[in-house]
Amino acid sequence: MTHKLSGDNLTLIRGERCLFQDLSFALESGGLLILEGRNGCGKTSLIRAIAGMLSLEEGTVYWDDEPVEKQRQQFHGALVWLAHRTGLKGDLTLVENLEFERVLRAHSKRDPEEVYERLGIARLKKLILRSLSAGQQRRVALARMLLADVPLWFMDEPFTNLDREGRQLVMELVEEHCATGGMCVMAAHQDVEIGAPTTKVRIQ
Amino acid sequence: MSDASREIPGIFAGLGATAKRDLLLAWKRPGDVLNPLFFFAMVCTLFPLAVGPSAEQLEFSGPGVLWVAALLATLLSLNALFITDFEDGSLDQLLVSPQPLPILVLGKILAHWLTSGLPLVFVSPILAITYRMPLSVVGVMMLTLALGTISLSLLGSIGAALTVGLHRGTALLSLLILPLAMPIMILGANAVSLAASNDIYSTGIWALGAYAIASLSLAPYATAAALRISNE
Repeated sequence: MTHKLSGDNLTLIRGERCLFQDLSFALESGGLLILEGRNGCGKTSLIRAIAGMLSLEEGTVYWDDEPVEKQRQQFHGALVWLAHRTGLKGDLTLVENLEFERVLRAHSKRDPEEVYERLGIARLKKLILRSLSAGQQRRVALARMLLADVPLWFMDEPFTNLDREGRQLVMELVEEHCATGGMCVMAAHQDVEIGAPTTKVRIQ
Repeated sequence: MSDASREIPGIFAGLGATAKRDLLLAWKRPGDVLNPLFFFAMVCTLFPLAVGPSAEQLEFSGPGVLWVAALLATLLSLNALFITDFEDGSLDQLLVSPQPLPILVLGKILAHWLTSGLPLVFVSPILAITYRMPLSVVGVMMLTLALGTISLSLLGSIGAALTVGLHRGTALLSLLILPLAMPIMILGANAVSLAASNDIYSTGIWALGAYAIASLSLAPYATAAALRISNE
């Protein structure tokens, strides 16, 4: 089944500053949407607004041609979110953290062990998150995305803290996800080379 | 990727998982649980030293002191309810989850009560005895504390959710919650005093129970709405 995510004339004002005005986009299954712009221009705000966490001044975000605010639960059931702050608990182990996540959304049939192996975190399973490096924690957050069975990935600066190999891996994962009918919204200020139909939105 | 295979776990799984995670975190960081408890014990033991050890005075002031200390200890612990989740980004994860937010919030409140209210209930008899409270009255006091702290955890979560985005919102949190929390303290302390003077105290217990049920049915929704607003 194909899905569609689109935004129509989005305008967001924070404080007295207008971050973006009349911004529109459309994304279909298999596609990648990249939000570009310099630091502090409102990429994170835009991605949060699309995910329904910020209320827009004007404009509507549609999921499968239905306004998101009218079907919040359904929309949230179709997405997984990777942000600056990983949303993982430093005092819990990797497995305890991801075990909790499984309850929050539908989970894929992927074998967790294989996912840990692929992300290079298999040997860290018994350690508490606090003792891992920032890059390793980021990889755990990526495991959350792979273990979720959802079509829509939201990635806010996914390359932060990752080494060259990690960056490559993120691009590969997004490519695979899009190739299997998923879609991805990514905020990035680096050059991204991903072999998927890409739409770029530039915030001034 | 077919839609038919995509199944979101049930809402009770969400409630259980949030409660379990918070309990696990409390277990790994016992300081957060013990601090309010020490505060409660300290206030209750210092009070007689300051006002004097006369038996009459202690019997008279016991219910009030225990209840004031319990209220303040609970307020102290409420501040941390959403702060860590807000700071490490797990609150965002809860907000974009298909699970109904009030249910997830209820799981957190349940864990909060189990780690703050319930320990107070179990420590209170030891302190009550120092106030020469008869055993029959101790039972009543435990019951009022149990019912009262349930309401406090529930109502307090609204304040904690509203102040989560503000740094150092402790004072504001107390200010927001006190008007709602004061009736609980008055009812609780009053019921214990009445029981101590062999009077009819059941009215207070019923009122506390009603208060707890009312908070249980309203607070999770208010807290969920407040979290969405303060996380914007």
